[in-house]
Amino acid sequence: MNRKLLKKIAAKTGFTVLLAGILLFTVFPFYYAIVTSFKSGSELFDVTWWVSSFNFSNYLSVIGDGSFVGSIWNSVLVSFATVIIAMAFGLTAAYALGRVQFRGRSAVLMIVLGVSMFPQVAVLSGLFEVIRALDLYNNPLALIFSYTIFTLPFTVWILTTFMRQLPKELEEAAIVDGASPMTTLFKVFIPLMWPAMATTGLLAFIAAWNEFLFALTFTLTDDQRTVPVAIALLTGGSQYELPWGNLMAASVIVTVPLVLLVLIFQRRIVSGLTAGAVKG
Amino acid sequence: MACVELKNINKTFGQIEILPCVNLRIEDGEFVVFVGPSGCGKSTMLRLIAGLEDPSSGDIEIDGEVVTDQSPKERGVGMVFQSYALYPHMSVYENIAFGLKLGKAKKNKIREWVEKTAEVLQLEKLLDRKPRELSGGQRQRVAIGRAMAREPKIMLFDEPLSNLDASLRVQMRTEIAKLHDRLQSTMIYVTHDQVEAMTLADKIVVLNGGNIEQVGTPYELYETPASLFVAGFIGSPKMNLMPGRVAGETGASATTIDIRGLGQVTVNRETSGLKDGDSVTVGVRPEHFSLALSGPDHGLEVVNVEYLGNEAYVYVELPGMQELMVVRQPVPCEVQTGQRVALTTEPELVHVFDASGRALGPFQAESEATEQLAATQ
Repeated sequence: MNRKLLKKIAAKTGFTVLLAGILLFTVFPFYYAIVTSFKSGSELFDVTWWVSSFNFSNYLSVIGDGSFVGSIWNSVLVSFATVIIAMAFGLTAAYALGRVQFRGRSAVLMIVLGVSMFPQVAVLSGLFEVIRALDLYNNPLALIFSYTIFTLPFTVWILTTFMRQLPKELEEAAIVDGASPMTTLFKVFIPLMWPAMATTGLLAFIAAWNEFLFALTFTLTDDQRTVPVAIALLTGGSQYELPWGNLMAASVIVTVPLVLLVLIFQRRIVSGLTAGAVKG
Repeated sequence: MACVELKNINKTFGQIEILPCVNLRIEDGEFVVFVGPSGCGKSTMLRLIAGLEDPSSGDIEIDGEVVTDQSPKERGVGMVFQSYALYPHMSVYENIAFGLKLGKAKKNKIREWVEKTAEVLQLEKLLDRKPRELSGGQRQRVAIGRAMAREPKIMLFDEPLSNLDASLRVQMRTEIAKLHDRLQSTMIYVTHDQVEAMTLADKIVVLNGGNIEQVGTPYELYETPASLFVAGFIGSPKMNLMPGRVAGETGASATTIDIRGLGQVTVNRETSGLKDGDSVTVGVRPEHFSLALSGPDHGLEVVNVEYLGNEAYVYVELPGMQELMVVRQPVPCEVQTGQRVALTTEPELVHVFDASGRALGPFQAESEATEQLAATQ
């Protein structure tokens, strides 16, 4: 009896320690960025574990920088546009792949899955040529275009999986009610797919928001850059100085919207939204 | 209001033939029940009529018009699904109104229709609720409401009560019967529950392996089953079926059949197609046997007596037969397990099936013979 209790306590402690370790490993860098972002001058090179004073000078200098604010807007535009386009194509594709029987359906799905495993570097040079040919170089449209290409496969795949789980009778009921496939998709399926759409939309948004390689390759001037590139290219007073304070402040500024989005949409990702459709 | 006709309908899924060749006519305003064991093609037939499946060959006609290539909406059908299939994100009102809205009806007209439907089904107080806030019976009523709101010519029910508990099922059964009386529309109902079939139907279609075994009123099916399958399927407890052999002359008003272990029975059936020694199956309903205690050396052994309150089932073992024979007895039941009994029945209550499973009709003297008889009198 006592032994059992001990075992239980040991297991619980072990689990807590493990959790704490993982939490420290993932959150600490961000925490340290916050701490650093409130320092300036030589303070930057003292190791402190807590925020001792709130010095907003780094934030003010970053926000005061017109090109950085511009790149935030570029990022917002590119990310939202990518999510919207990927959703529009993803949902209609998922409807076809998930609900319509046709020859070669699983082949298409496998190809989609295969494409999503392509490394970015593999297509970089080819895509660069495509973008030059489309005359989209140094234009956010180029990023929207290339991010959509990389977002669509997993969007289609996840949405197809969700779409398949919706009961067949719901679709048939809509058909008997006289709904066209489009009406069925928009009036019946999409309202039920909010959790799936929130999940995939969020993933697509994060991917677009964080993307660096394409953004670096396909843009040239400051006013067309997105945030990850802008941060990487922030320079200090001289060539040999890294503006740590500004870098950290900029990182915090671009991370906070993501955290907020996740927290907001987490509530939308509720299970049991389909409760009441069929028996049980 | 419509009659439905299936003409040479064949339905094949890949290699599997579900319906070989079905011909059926359903009259205007009839309540028709498709009944049969699972996998017999009854749901497929319903879905073919609904337009959710296309026949591999053959035609479906509604009111004399070929509708094989039309959508469910164009056919004017409403359907109630086994799992209800309500739109979970819509309120009861929106669920019922969905089809009407798609039909581009005017807003006040929709409200009027929905309210009328809700009144018939006693859903007035639930109109603002979501399906998940409803009980099983209420959901089922909403599903029926959704199907009938557009005033379809034909209402289709696919095992609508199988998800409900027993008492609710009885209640909903009555409500569906009342609904049919009230709407007078053609209703087609699929079930595997023979009680539902017997109580609701104007006409029952018994299906087995994709073939229509018999079409008839509940009375006809019970009293004069056309085949061995129908005889065994309709009625609970099921009809006692015993292997027998024709003994003696056939084609006369009285034919003697020898049943192993039970003795001989003389029936008044049309046996001209049989000859002496042919094997037949003899069927007797459990309520058509009468029991009498016999001595310890004769008769059959009572294996079990089930007391059900209003009646009792006496199980009797027939030597050489796997299945026990069932006899319905009024309570209090005189016999006990282990006793030996003699079974007797009236000749007109005995069903006889030939080797192919077809029922033999009542004996009909040829017209010539009848005339001769009349002349001598």
